[in-house]
Amino acid sequence: MATTTARSFLQVAATEEVAPPLRVVQMEGLVILKTIKHCKDHSPSLVTGQLLGLDVGSVLEVTNCFPFPMREEDEEIEADGANYQLEMMRCLREVNVDNNTVGWYQSTLLGSFQTVELIETFMNYQENIRRCVCIVYDPSRSDQGVLALKALKLSDSFMEPYRSNNFTGEKLREKNLSWVDIFEEIPIKVSNSALISAFMTELEPDTPVTQCDYDRLQLSTSSLLERNTEYLIECMDDLSLEQQKFQLHYRSLSRQQAQQQAWLQKRRTENMARKAAGEEPLPEEDPSNPIFKPLPEPSRLESFLITNQISNYCNQINGVSGQSFNRLYLMKALHED
Amino acid sequence: MAASDRTVLQFSSSSSSSQSLSARVHPLVIFNICDCFVRRPDQAERVIGTLLGSILPDGTVDIRNSYAVPHNESIDQVALDIEYQHNMLVAHQKVNPKEVIVGWYSTGLGVTGHSVLIHEFFSREVTNPIHLTVDTEFANGVGTIKAYVSNNLSLGDRQIAAQFQEIPLDLRMVEAERIGFDTLKATTVEKIPSDLEGMEASMEHLLALIDDIYKYVDDVVEGRIAPDNNIGKFISDAVGSLPKSPPAVFDKLVNDSLQDHLLSLYLSSITRTQLSLAEKLNTAAQILRFFFCL
Repeated sequence: MATTTARSFLQVAATEEVAPPLRVVQMEGLVILKTIKHCKDHSPSLVTGQLLGLDVGSVLEVTNCFPFPMREEDEEIEADGANYQLEMMRCLREVNVDNNTVGWYQSTLLGSFQTVELIETFMNYQENIRRCVCIVYDPSRSDQGVLALKALKLSDSFMEPYRSNNFTGEKLREKNLSWVDIFEEIPIKVSNSALISAFMTELEPDTPVTQCDYDRLQLSTSSLLERNTEYLIECMDDLSLEQQKFQLHYRSLSRQQAQQQAWLQKRRTENMARKAAGEEPLPEEDPSNPIFKPLPEPSRLESFLITNQISNYCNQINGVSGQSFNRLYLMKALHED
Repeated sequence: MAASDRTVLQFSSSSSSSQSLSARVHPLVIFNICDCFVRRPDQAERVIGTLLGSILPDGTVDIRNSYAVPHNESIDQVALDIEYQHNMLVAHQKVNPKEVIVGWYSTGLGVTGHSVLIHEFFSREVTNPIHLTVDTEFANGVGTIKAYVSNNLSLGDRQIAAQFQEIPLDLRMVEAERIGFDTLKATTVEKIPSDLEGMEASMEHLLALIDDIYKYVDDVVEGRIAPDNNIGKFISDAVGSLPKSPPAVFDKLVNDSLQDHLLSLYLSSITRTQLSLAEKLNTAAQILRFFFCL
């Protein structure tokens, strides 16, 4: 008996070294409600909070969460925020809540969350905990009867070049990394305790129509579509700015190359002359010359993020239009009846 | 006639205002209480905690949030972790200063003797607190959730008893509806429905409802069911609420909207194509440059 347990411990130790990839985020209904309440109460300003839970194999269980107070640009208050976080964790531990940070949640406006800040926060979390996840909730879309929750993580292939801060085109091509590979979306599974399930069944008999249905069948979506398109256009502007940066870079690069060639040509003729005069030739390279200094290539990170953002807006526009088609045809059919 | 002259038992002044008092509970509170109960310490029989919320303009107490407070109960005394309660309150108010203490909750059916002591403590935090009981044991076979306010029975100046009076409780859960009960009712849901799936479900609901009405109307017409005038009025209202516009105008409206949406769809598709094209071109340009440099 003792040997079998010993072996199983060994096995456990062995299996823990190869962490299985994160496949599912399992959220409690409580966490969803808490997140939504916090994000909605403070909408349209954006808020964040911490997720607590357990890391079990390929499933990340999120069992509780707590909100952060609004962030302010004061250092004193920032220290206060850290205190608040510790205090809250301590308090929750006292009532037997899982005291293990597994990530954070944040609200967003129409899915505009793909920013450098998000990546930075993610890297900060990643340093402390091996596995973390970011839940993004969009209060503006919930008015349409959509539960706009998303679980995101940075892909491993992205984290490595980010750490070394190497986003030149060549490096990215070597890694075969494109803009779709930055974020990974993880499917969310919802779980509720049997007690909660019993209460919900008790309190809410099967109603034929819910608020959700009303929201979904709302005909006017033009404002949403309008805002989405507006953001899309803004992003396009940003993207073209980024591309101008690259063009500028390439132009100066080719100018530099031309200068180098000219310099080399000059040096060669000079050397030829020296050889004819019987003197030692000068070296063909001169590191002190400013035209040989390599030009730094602008980072691709920003344009990658913008591209991600654009594709996100495109998806949203597609979704909204798809729903509207449904509604319009329904309306038409109703009218013809 | 001063109150002290009388020798009858009487309620303290809060009783008059409590007549019209009612409370509204948000689903989060119930979820939180259940979670705390599931996670209670081994020896504890029940959990208690603080209710946070606000008082609406019409006098309804809106219970929006809650947190558990550790406590110890023995036969003759109750110990509440006052420091903990205070810390949590400060922390919660940092996030949402508008939410103040409105009362307290405990699990179990109805009011017990110790409740008076705890209620007294909360009366010091807020005047006329609400006591919410959530029966997590399903003692009667149903999960009873009740709200009470307390009145002090006094004999002259001396308090001799406290009476807990039930107040109406509104358990409609609009927030939970927004998320969808299907997600919150089941113990596990594999996947959050996407927007189109949600739309499909709503359409199915709508179809089922229309079918129900058809069936009802047919049954009434054929005399199988006794007609109900109220239902008839509702149906005629529903039919009447369809806007009456000439077909040409309506067609134009629908077609215009359709075209608007098609246009934005087209725009987004073209953007996407542009993106993938740009990506391909970028890589191609880089490779070319790479070879050029070699």
